[in-house]
Amino acid sequence: MINVTAAKIKVDPRDAKLSMAHFFVAFTALALGGLMGLLQTLVRSGKFELPFGIGYYQVLTVHGVLMGLVLTTFFIMGFQYAAVSRTAGTHSNAARRTGWIGFWLMTIGTLMSATMVLLNEATVLYTFYAPLQAHWIFYLGLTFVVIGSWIDGAAQIMTYAKWRKNNPGQPSPLLSFMAVINTVMWIVATLGVAATVLFQLLPWSLGLVETVDVLVSRTLFWYFGHPLVYFWLLPAYMCWYAIIPKIIGGKIFSDSLARLSFILFLLFSIPVGFHHQLTEPGIDPVWKFIQVILTFMVVIPSLMTAFSLFATFERYGRSKGATGLFGWLKVLPWNDARFIVPFIGMVSFIPAGAGGIINASNQMDQVVHNTIWVTGHFHLTAATSVVLTFFGISYWLVPHLTGRKLTKAMNKLGIIQAWVWFIGMAFMSGAMHFQGLLGGPRRSSFSTYGNSQQALEWIPYQIAQAVGGTILFLGIILVLIIFINLAFFAPKGEEEFPVGEAENLSEKAPMVFENWKLWLGITAALILFAYTVPFIDIIQNAPPGSKGFKTW
Amino acid sequence: MHMHKFEKIWLTFGIGCLVVFLTVVGVSAFYLGNKPASCLTTIDPEKVTQTKPFDKPGLHKVEGKEWDYELVFVASAFSYQPAQVEVPLGAKVKVIATTTDVVHGLEVAGTNINMMLEPGYINEYTTTFDKAGEYLIVCNEYCGTGHHLMFSKIEVVEK
Amino acid sequence: MAKPELKTNQKTQVEDRSSLKGTLASVFLLGLFIIVSWVSVYYLFVDRF
Repeated sequence: MINVTAAKIKVDPRDAKLSMAHFFVAFTALALGGLMGLLQTLVRSGKFELPFGIGYYQVLTVHGVLMGLVLTTFFIMGFQYAAVSRTAGTHSNAARRTGWIGFWLMTIGTLMSATMVLLNEATVLYTFYAPLQAHWIFYLGLTFVVIGSWIDGAAQIMTYAKWRKNNPGQPSPLLSFMAVINTVMWIVATLGVAATVLFQLLPWSLGLVETVDVLVSRTLFWYFGHPLVYFWLLPAYMCWYAIIPKIIGGKIFSDSLARLSFILFLLFSIPVGFHHQLTEPGIDPVWKFIQVILTFMVVIPSLMTAFSLFATFERYGRSKGATGLFGWLKVLPWNDARFIVPFIGMVSFIPAGAGGIINASNQMDQVVHNTIWVTGHFHLTAATSVVLTFFGISYWLVPHLTGRKLTKAMNKLGIIQAWVWFIGMAFMSGAMHFQGLLGGPRRSSFSTYGNSQQALEWIPYQIAQAVGGTILFLGIILVLIIFINLAFFAPKGEEEFPVGEAENLSEKAPMVFENWKLWLGITAALILFAYTVPFIDIIQNAPPGSKGFKTW
Repeated sequence: MHMHKFEKIWLTFGIGCLVVFLTVVGVSAFYLGNKPASCLTTIDPEKVTQTKPFDKPGLHKVEGKEWDYELVFVASAFSYQPAQVEVPLGAKVKVIATTTDVVHGLEVAGTNINMMLEPGYINEYTTTFDKAGEYLIVCNEYCGTGHHLMFSKIEVVEK
Repeated sequence: MAKPELKTNQKTQVEDRSSLKGTLASVFLLGLFIIVSWVSVYYLFVDRF
């Protein structure tokens, strides 16, 4: 086993090329999306206006689509493809071809949707709630992105299946197992958004049907929308569980518990979409509360993760002779960008997770629903915890794939970048949270609402967001400099793809974890339990449908 | 599969907290009646202004109900009817609202009145206006170019 | 006489090496933060109409 692993230290150059292709799209999205984010915070401070008659909401749509859908999906697929290649072995030619087909479908889909957004034919934000009606090419592009991601993910599953066939009775490599869990969760979740786009929004925008059932569309969207955020989070957890221990020189606290937490994410990430619809009409409050309970179940694997990570750090610290209650913190490698960048992401997940529990707490959602608190919340989860971890991953993965080295200078710049990000986000997300508690709405251009006293009190927070947004944009410039350096200019050499080992190697992960029939069966049962009755209700009691509107 | 004793303690404590949170909101929602806005009544979105009570937006005194007033709002891009309304301090009010076009929000800033308005559905929330002052109503779901210009005002006044 | 004493010393040292008391303290601090945040917003909910 160990010898086999040692032989596969390097990702095959042919696989590396496909991963890098994903990263080029992802970092292009980051550059453009980041610029849009800066513009938004500046406009909302009330001190700047957009030139050339560009609309705030068009900029907002570009920001959401590029950051929420393009950057994340492309980075995750590229990272997982490399992680499977590294731990389960080089992809077969068939799997690689599948991956490339998926990549090009996603890219073409992205270009189609982006063109429509730029032509102002799809200023519907990245949630595209009906009855706002975008151009049909926008919806078709999204369909291509989703189907492309399925094909892309199939490459990972093929290589995982090949490994399982060649190693009967053995638990699969941890990183491959985690990648496949995330891909499977993504496929199950995107069935919802695919259904609403293919069967409702496309025919409706093409004029084949006149009206759309708004609540059915929203329910299908949020069936997808919550697992979407876990699809972003799980690759960060992959790094925290299975890669960070190796970087610091420690061990994975427990391989089995890591797998268990990923299975819990697969089971409980999906049947929870109603917690995004808590203040909506047409959904029975009892079913809302049932999904709130299921949402709280998905907190448990994160509680497990917190313990495992602290335990990994403490065990390592004590092995280096650290004493006292918190002495182990001092010996962690604070000068290694590969560690500290994701570490800042981990710390940010503490307020992010606490905020998430508040959002999901049934009627408490009324305090924060659709206020800018929510924007502040997912800029901690997605735009700090997840994205900083992605940056931290790229600092070793990009040179590993391009056959270069992370130099001391770039390592230092990476650490500076992470602190710049952290400070910018503290300003921006912090101000968003407080403004949200005062009632400031999200997704809104600058407005004094007829000089309302309440709205005037929000303005200082909006200025703080612009300060934060500006600092964050500096952070984006820094990360782009590092990425381009590592992709094209860093000195040639070998950069390690770190893969952690479990503390207790004699403890084999239970094989039941690899029983996909079982876990997919429970996943399906939970989804059917949470959605069947309310969904039939929504369809049976549906009001007359809605015609399309273009209000931008 | 082995779990460390401390992890068991932590998970017991953590899950215990979650159970307490759920119990608190559950009892508050289903025993004390603080459910989030979840009305199940539908309406033809193209005939809103001809349908009662939306043919007469504004505050209406009602008799023989659990609440004293009904406050009716009609939302459409990019305004609310009524654009301003006075509510007597201490009145128990049922806020009833819907939209004539796209999805809107109806959020009375600084209060728990915060609901989605979706075409075809009526939404409602009952509460006692027990703090005087001027409250801004904002649309908190993106509805188009004029989204940030869509607002109304409630004045809670002593009478 | 001295031998068993030495053994116990070694044992406590090994135990300290594998101790997770810092982890337990850390997760409980995290739990405390979650409770304080949640209770604060719940208070806002109860206070508002």
